[in-house]
Amino acid sequence: MQGEDIANAGGDLAESMAITLRLEGFEGPLDLLLHLIKREEIDIWDIPIARITEQYLEYLQVMRDLNINLAGEWLVMAASLIYIKSRMLLPPDPVLQGQDQEDAAEDPRVELVYQLLEHQKFKNAAEMLYTREEVENSVWNNPPREVMDEGEGLVSATLFDLLKAFQEVVRRFESQGDLEMAGEEVSLEQKLADLRRILLVHDTVLFSSFFANAVSKQHLIVTFLAILELVRLREIWVLQKEAFAEIIITKNAKEAAKN
Amino acid sequence: MSAMEIHDLKPILEAIIYVAEDPVRPEQFKEIFPEESYDKIEETLQQLMEEFNGRPGGMWIREIAGGYRMTTRPEYHEHVRAYLKTKPEAKLSMAALETLAVIAYKQPVTLAEILAIRGKKSTTALKTLLEKNLVSIVGRKPVVGRPILYGTSRDFLVHFGLKDTSELPTLEEFAQMAEEKL
Repeated sequence: MQGEDIANAGGDLAESMAITLRLEGFEGPLDLLLHLIKREEIDIWDIPIARITEQYLEYLQVMRDLNINLAGEWLVMAASLIYIKSRMLLPPDPVLQGQDQEDAAEDPRVELVYQLLEHQKFKNAAEMLYTREEVENSVWNNPPREVMDEGEGLVSATLFDLLKAFQEVVRRFESQGDLEMAGEEVSLEQKLADLRRILLVHDTVLFSSFFANAVSKQHLIVTFLAILELVRLREIWVLQKEAFAEIIITKNAKEAAKN
Repeated sequence: MSAMEIHDLKPILEAIIYVAEDPVRPEQFKEIFPEESYDKIEETLQQLMEEFNGRPGGMWIREIAGGYRMTTRPEYHEHVRAYLKTKPEAKLSMAALETLAVIAYKQPVTLAEILAIRGKKSTTALKTLLEKNLVSIVGRKPVVGRPILYGTSRDFLVHFGLKDTSELPTLEEFAQMAEEKL
C-alpha cells in the first residue's frame, strides 16, 4: 500500500471538525511496527529502518488527519525511529577505541528488535489465552454458564485493517467522479444514531455498506469515526474471514441492549 | 459419621461435583466428611476421575483452580449450543488478553511495568480485567510511590480452565514462536 494514498484518505476535512478520538484499547505503536514488518515480509534482524519509519509516519499522519488524539507513546516511537535512522547514516567514530568503539558499532536497531520480539512474545501468549477461552466457552457445567460466542471462524480486524478499508472506501468514492454535493454536514452524534438504527435491524453489516449513502467526504469521515467509537464502546465487533479480507461489522448484542 | 469405603464415597463425590456451580475443593469435601482423611478423599477423587473420564461419555471431570468440576466435553459444543440457544456474550478484547498475558507471566507486576512491555497505556484494559475479577491487587511494590502490584485471580484459572498458573506454557516457548512468526 502506498502511504501517500492512505495519507489522502483522511483528507483535511476532519481538521475542521471538533472531534477527537482516543485510541486506548486499540493497537499501539509496537503493533503497527509488527504489522508493517509482517506485511512487508521483512527480516526482523534486518529492518529497513528508513522505509519502515516512512510508513510509520504515514499512518501517524492519517490518524492525525482523522483528528485521532494520539497518545504520547506514538510520538515517542516516531522519535526513536528517526533517531535510529540517523544513527544508521553516521559512519563509525574513528576517535573511539576499545569498548566505546564496540558500543558505537552495535547496530542501533538491536534494542528495538528486542522490544518487538518481547511484545510479539506476549501477543503469542495472548493468543494462547484466546484459544483457551474459546475451548472454555465450548463447555458447560451445571448450571450452564452463559455462552460466549462470536461469528464462526472469524478473526478480529485491527485498527490498521480498518484504516486500510477506509482508504478503499474513500478511493471508491473519489473514483465515482464529482459527486460531492454542497449538502449539510453530518455530526458524529447523528451518525452514531444512524449506525445504531441500522444495527437494530441487522446483526451483521459489511463495513463498506455503512458508507453506501454518503454524499460527501465529510460524511465518509464522520461515518468512519462513528464506527471507531462503536468499537471503543464495544457495541460492535469488527471481524474478518481472514487477515486482509473484507471487514464485517457484528453487533455485540449485550452491549447494544444497554444503550 | 464413621469412615467409609472408597467405593461408597466415590458416587457421593461424583454427585456433589455434578451439582456444584464452582470447582469443588478437597476442603469442601472434608467439611462434609470430617471423618475421612485428605489422603483418602484425594485417592477417591483420582479414582473417580480415572473411571469417569475413562468412559466415552459427553461429560468429563477436570481439575480447575484447585478444585474438581464436571463439564460437557468441548467436542460436543455445537449440539449443546444448538439446544441451549443462549445469547452470545462478549469475549475479552485482544488488548485485554495481551495485558492479561503480561500479568499472568510477570506477576506480581505494576502498571508501569505493563506499559514498558506493551509499549502503550493499558489502564482501560486493566480496568476491564479488574471488573471481571480476572486480575486482583496483590500488594504494593516497596519502591518510591509504592505502586500497586497486580496478579491473576482464582477466576482467571476458572475462566481459562487451568488447574494452576504452572499449567500455562512457559514464556520461552512463546519467545521461540515470536522469532518464527517474524
